[in-house]
Amino acid sequence: MTNLWMDIKHADVITVMGGNAAEAHPCGFKWVVEAKAHNNAKLIVIDPRFTRTASVADLYCPIRQGTDIAFLSGVAKYLIDNDKLQHRYLAAYTNAAFVVKEGYAFDEGLFSGYSEDKRDYDKTTWDYEIGPDGYAVVDETMQHPRSVMQLLKKHISIYTPEMVERICGSPKETFLKVCQMIAETSSPEKTMTSLYALGWTQHAKGSQNIRSMCIVQTLLGNIGMLGGGMNALRGHSNIQGLTDIGLMSNLIPGYLNIPIEKEPTYSDYIAKRQFKPLRPGQMSYWQNYNKFFVSFQKAMWGDKAQKENDWAYDYLPKLDVPTYDIVRGFELAKQGKMSGYVIQGFNPLLSFPNRAKMTEAFSKMKFVVVMDPLQTETARFWENHGEYNDVDPSKIQTEVFELPTTLFAEEEGSLSNSSRWLQWHWQAQEAPGECRSDIEIMSALFLRIRAMYKRDGGAFPDPIVNLKWDYAISHSPTAIELARELNGYTLAPVTDASGTTIPAGKQVDGFAQLKDDGTTACGCWIYSGCYTEKGNMMARRDNTDPGDRGIAPNWAFAWPANRRVLYNRASCDPEGKPWSEKKKLIEWNGKQWVGFDVPDYGATVAPDKGMGPFILNQEGVARLWTRGLMRDGPFPTHYEPFESPVANAAFPKIKGSPAARIFKGDLADLGTSAEFPYAATSYRLTEHFHSWTKHSKINAILQPEMFVEISEQLAKEKGIAKGDWVRVWSKRGSLKAKAVVTKRIKPLVCDGKTVHVVGLPQHWGFIGETKKGWHPNTLTPVVGDANTETPEFKAWLVNIEPTSPPADRQRTV
Amino acid sequence: MTVQVSRRGLLKGIGVGIAGGTLGALGFGDLQPAAAAAVRPFKLAQMRETRNTCPYCSVSCGVILYSLGDRSKNAKSAVMHVEGDPDHPVNRGTLCPKGSSLLDFIRSETRTKYPMYRAAGASEFKRVSWDFALDRIATLLKEDRDRNFVAKNGDLTVNRWVTTGFLGASATTNETAWVTYKTVRSMGALVFDNQARV
Repeated sequence: MTNLWMDIKHADVITVMGGNAAEAHPCGFKWVVEAKAHNNAKLIVIDPRFTRTASVADLYCPIRQGTDIAFLSGVAKYLIDNDKLQHRYLAAYTNAAFVVKEGYAFDEGLFSGYSEDKRDYDKTTWDYEIGPDGYAVVDETMQHPRSVMQLLKKHISIYTPEMVERICGSPKETFLKVCQMIAETSSPEKTMTSLYALGWTQHAKGSQNIRSMCIVQTLLGNIGMLGGGMNALRGHSNIQGLTDIGLMSNLIPGYLNIPIEKEPTYSDYIAKRQFKPLRPGQMSYWQNYNKFFVSFQKAMWGDKAQKENDWAYDYLPKLDVPTYDIVRGFELAKQGKMSGYVIQGFNPLLSFPNRAKMTEAFSKMKFVVVMDPLQTETARFWENHGEYNDVDPSKIQTEVFELPTTLFAEEEGSLSNSSRWLQWHWQAQEAPGECRSDIEIMSALFLRIRAMYKRDGGAFPDPIVNLKWDYAISHSPTAIELARELNGYTLAPVTDASGTTIPAGKQVDGFAQLKDDGTTACGCWIYSGCYTEKGNMMARRDNTDPGDRGIAPNWAFAWPANRRVLYNRASCDPEGKPWSEKKKLIEWNGKQWVGFDVPDYGATVAPDKGMGPFILNQEGVARLWTRGLMRDGPFPTHYEPFESPVANAAFPKIKGSPAARIFKGDLADLGTSAEFPYAATSYRLTEHFHSWTKHSKINAILQPEMFVEISEQLAKEKGIAKGDWVRVWSKRGSLKAKAVVTKRIKPLVCDGKTVHVVGLPQHWGFIGETKKGWHPNTLTPVVGDANTETPEFKAWLVNIEPTSPPADRQRTV
Repeated sequence: MTVQVSRRGLLKGIGVGIAGGTLGALGFGDLQPAAAAAVRPFKLAQMRETRNTCPYCSVSCGVILYSLGDRSKNAKSAVMHVEGDPDHPVNRGTLCPKGSSLLDFIRSETRTKYPMYRAAGASEFKRVSWDFALDRIATLLKEDRDRNFVAKNGDLTVNRWVTTGFLGASATTNETAWVTYKTVRSMGALVFDNQARV
């Protein structure tokens, strides 16, 4: 979230699209209700299903899953055509006036530089024209034909209300009402918040779904504002933290990158990351990249990371492909190229696409290690559970370890929520049996491996035997010891920008004190400030909220720098005065920036210096057009899902997202709409959390068994009655479930064709307190988003028919 | 009640002299002290309160865990009740159907309690010792790393290990994440993700 949960109360319009907050984030959704009750806010819900979020909406608009870009590009077109823009914001705080270099083009759904063989782009033409002064060329009038504004207008010109209706199945009149309501927030006094979740990310163009709304919010001047922003309602309690700390193939904590092969030396690596400003006077904060990187290397390898050895740059692995993400990992496993998987608190047998492929992949591995407080299907992929897991254990030669771990009530530490708050929690009970914490298990494994390398040698032992490991009890580092490393500390006396000298061996106050000369260490620069010399800032419990801003600045710690609303400099006009007094966050008092939140800006940089509010960007402004930063294009474009019930109405020749990676076997596993006519999607119920709460008795009682939601019309066509058993199948698999025939799903008409939506909630498996059942991922295709490789779980194709119950559910009379 | 008290103190106070709160709202406010003394003390008042965070979605509601046992020797603490933390600025005491049933997660019958091992081709898990499991896993990891580690690709130093995968858990703490990051990356592993990818 750019903003935070309580901040939703300040919104004038709330758009929930690509999510269902009322059911998936109920206690966060209260702030939507608060905004409706006390701020006269209007709630718009755009979803294929009439969800519980929709049930309290002021306006519900149906949409076919996988067509969000067409819908939102249509909204952007409406805003431009009807002059519903925040003009000063657009001119001063976005790249609308930047001129793009010659050669950039978009034709028939493809950008310049496309290679069909590589399914990838040569992105050299996707950049600004650079002037003789070395800076990007800007045309203040925005009239230059290659200005971002003119290119945007041209790019979205096809998304007329009629085209939106053809692609999305959203009635034109309802779509226009959505546009009108959203357009109200072009006023500097009014804001819209965008709440979204996996309904946007789980598509082959998921990142571009989000980009589409970023464009809308930027045109409206809603970023950086109280009650505005782009708010990802994230899935797990610490999915934010795990991403922040970089537990992904290609990341180093704090959104730094693992080097690639073509960066063989530290100087190659850092040369690409100088991030010089693209306009005069811009901060371009990533210029400090080397400070964060060197401090990270010091946190990892201490004295062994020195200037002379390029800060132990060789200790880091180098990527030969963009990522070894889960899709690639299990593709390699299926090919027999993986020896094993070590899995903490994760149930990939159910959570990853194409169950049959997952079972095959697991069965080909030599070993699988699962650490979890619960018995998972993954740990039992080899165990026969009748038709729910129809495997022959004697044919599976995988060694499997199930290691019992503590759960939240049995450990202390911090979790980072969607609002980027690091909140500390404490232990309330001892764990049962012989459970150990994940920290103890990882430490025990590491210490054993290190001992073997010290004793016997082996492949490149250096980064292992030299890993900094100076915890008081080496097999059980405490959460506090680890938190202190994440915060960062001085290794020698350090003088910061204010001239204060911090002695060696002290916790730093924040990332501004980090150095690139080896005098500081820091595990995760954006977490710097979480555990300072003042103590554990994450454990703070002062909930006072000056000015009733919905910020509570002294509750826990928010990254970065305890800032609660990102880009908050943009809440003021270029002169430093809040756009809206009612929505004041910070302001310029003639000497410095002051207010309710920590300014996202140089604290004493005067407004007349012309520094843009988006200080991380080299441009200093928000990007309507993203240069070469996204793999699949600098503007979002409508592409159909890889499995779609209709052809692409805008670009008929294109199937799927042209730059999304898909492996050969997975491509062959895609079905057609002739064979599989119905548009399937998966989702959560409010009573369950993934495959986790099926282990909790009350939740298992509330929603005891798998079901499939279909419309009354489809039920009638197929001869299915409420409560009947149905078989749902895709090119990749088949499952059985009870039918729920509902008015919540209605057929859509797309380009003259009736499209039926089939909904599959995703909470059942073969272990736990619920009845046994199948996970929708038994059926889902294996193709990921072009930028993130997040699988396309939200839009795929199935067929459906009435069937007999599974063997264990047949009633004997 | 005029003096400021902790939430726990307030709950205890209700047992002996009704000043407000739940019982007051129920209409017991007029009871005389003698009658109030006869009211059975509120059970939660005798429990230890621990501040925690709901582990499910990313709203991260504050919860209060009520446990028996005062942490003295031989007193094993056990959570008996979970409720929303009214001081928490986001959830303000509320919990959803998932958070409200956290106790059933803590006490789930399908919790793992002992290290289990399934040998190649076996049809069931067998209980093993931690030492057996950890020694065997460490050996498997080292064997695979030594066999498949890629130090060079031509002239380029690449130092990567891509034949064993690792998955982090996005319901674990940041501190767990960091120790996992350190150990996994120190081995040069690149097949590494967490739930953020799905």
